[in-house]
Amino acid sequence: MKKPIYLDYSATTPVDPRVAKLMCSYLTMDDGLFGNAASRSHQYGWDAEEAIEAARKHIADLLNANPKEIVWTSGATESDNLAIKGVAEFYAKKGKHIITCKTEHKAVLDTCRQLERHGFEVSYLDPQENGLVDLNKLKAAMRDDTILVSIMHVNNEIGVIQDVAAIGKLCRENKVLFHVDAAQSAGKVPIDVEAMNIDLLSLSAHKIYGPKGVGALYVRRKPRVRLEAQMHGGGHERGMRSGTLATHQLVGMGEAFRLAAEEMASESERVRLLRDRLLKGIEDIEEVYVNGDLEQRVPHNINISFNFVEGESLMMALSELAVSSGSACTSASLEPSYVLRALGRSDELAHSSIRFSIGRFTTEADIDRAIELLHQKIDKLRALSPLWDMYKDGVDLSTVQWSAH
Amino acid sequence: MAYSDKVLDHYENPRNVGTFENEDDGVGTGMVGAPACGDVMRLQIKVNDEGVIEDACFKTYGCGSAIASSSLVTEWVKGKSLDEAGSIKNSDIAEELALPPVKIHCSVLAEDAIKAAINDYKSKHQD
Repeated sequence: MKKPIYLDYSATTPVDPRVAKLMCSYLTMDDGLFGNAASRSHQYGWDAEEAIEAARKHIADLLNANPKEIVWTSGATESDNLAIKGVAEFYAKKGKHIITCKTEHKAVLDTCRQLERHGFEVSYLDPQENGLVDLNKLKAAMRDDTILVSIMHVNNEIGVIQDVAAIGKLCRENKVLFHVDAAQSAGKVPIDVEAMNIDLLSLSAHKIYGPKGVGALYVRRKPRVRLEAQMHGGGHERGMRSGTLATHQLVGMGEAFRLAAEEMASESERVRLLRDRLLKGIEDIEEVYVNGDLEQRVPHNINISFNFVEGESLMMALSELAVSSGSACTSASLEPSYVLRALGRSDELAHSSIRFSIGRFTTEADIDRAIELLHQKIDKLRALSPLWDMYKDGVDLSTVQWSAH
Repeated sequence: MAYSDKVLDHYENPRNVGTFENEDDGVGTGMVGAPACGDVMRLQIKVNDEGVIEDACFKTYGCGSAIASSSLVTEWVKGKSLDEAGSIKNSDIAEELALPPVKIHCSVLAEDAIKAAINDYKSKHQD
């Protein structure tokens, strides 16, 4: 069977063949580069260390950071945990208040919930309707005992870009540490930890054509940010994260970041053209809403609600496309997307949302096929939808007395 | 999520999609669910003078299992008396379509839709 067209690059990306090729050379005896970087007594260890340090530099270069500020982890989820729990535990004597936003990734929200169970207080900011954090609200939420602000750079569901430079400035002025989850932004939009006053920043490899199972945390050295380790053992990564370094994974992440730095500008432009082509192709469909700010967003993500069509049935109809939905039916919880709800979107629109994410290997033909399918399937499902009938008859759905179940 | 062949069949080729004139004396309409919950079913029956459902149609906003459940029941109720149709159980629907546990509510909604349509018809013929 022919595989569906992949339009879910925000979920994960395929490994770039150039990255995969390089990774393979760090696995077997043939190449002799499989060593443990902690082996200080022979060539295998030295070679592994050299490769890992080169990779570390590629990560640091993309952020305008020093390689010594990069701590390897298993992925952005671990980085978020290490940053937030690590800071909370180390600075608990200074204060026990943390600020974050309701549209953060679960790796941040659930980590904060866990800290609440251990006596910390967390403020969850409501975003504005366009998905962006209100700086005045953030400022108002800061207290004398606030130790950390954690705000993501680019939202995974709706692709909006937060003004991290302004948030960083505010945090620095108020002497509060600033953590940024950059899993969705690295390699897509420029990051400068100096100019943006970022103290901690979480990264993932598999969102930018590197392998799964590896990530990194940037930890500022000047002024120094301290962390309580969450993984104990051999004292790797300057005591912040023990565990033998996975040479081939780190080499893969490094190469992915090196390529991203090289190709970000041209790739963003190409992807933006594809995104605009998709939007233009469906602009004649009625009752279509783009979720999240239209300007402040990454080019590769577009989250759209097709009113009066339920998201999961639309995904079923679009089985030729691999996309994701904020519809309740796609999750076990039967709750529609918490991100869209936090934006103040109605439950109906949240149920009707589809996320298209475009990437390095998407073609114009892929987009054209998606446009064609969307026209066909939206027509088909609306012909099946009693809500569409009512809308066409001029019924205001918000005035209808529904029998909730 | 993997769908059963029967769900896919009803979803790809839904039976009896449509609308009857609600003003028609022989028509009963049941609309259940809510947009906020992600599914709304409208099921309509056309009942003849002998009290037998001679036709049925539906429109559904909802997931594939909700569409399949309502499509299936329009087939099942045809030719049945009101009492027979009213005794269709959600478990029968769920079993026929091999619905997974998280989709059982779709079959419950379909059962509710039949009952609502029958009640609507009966309320029109109380005298």
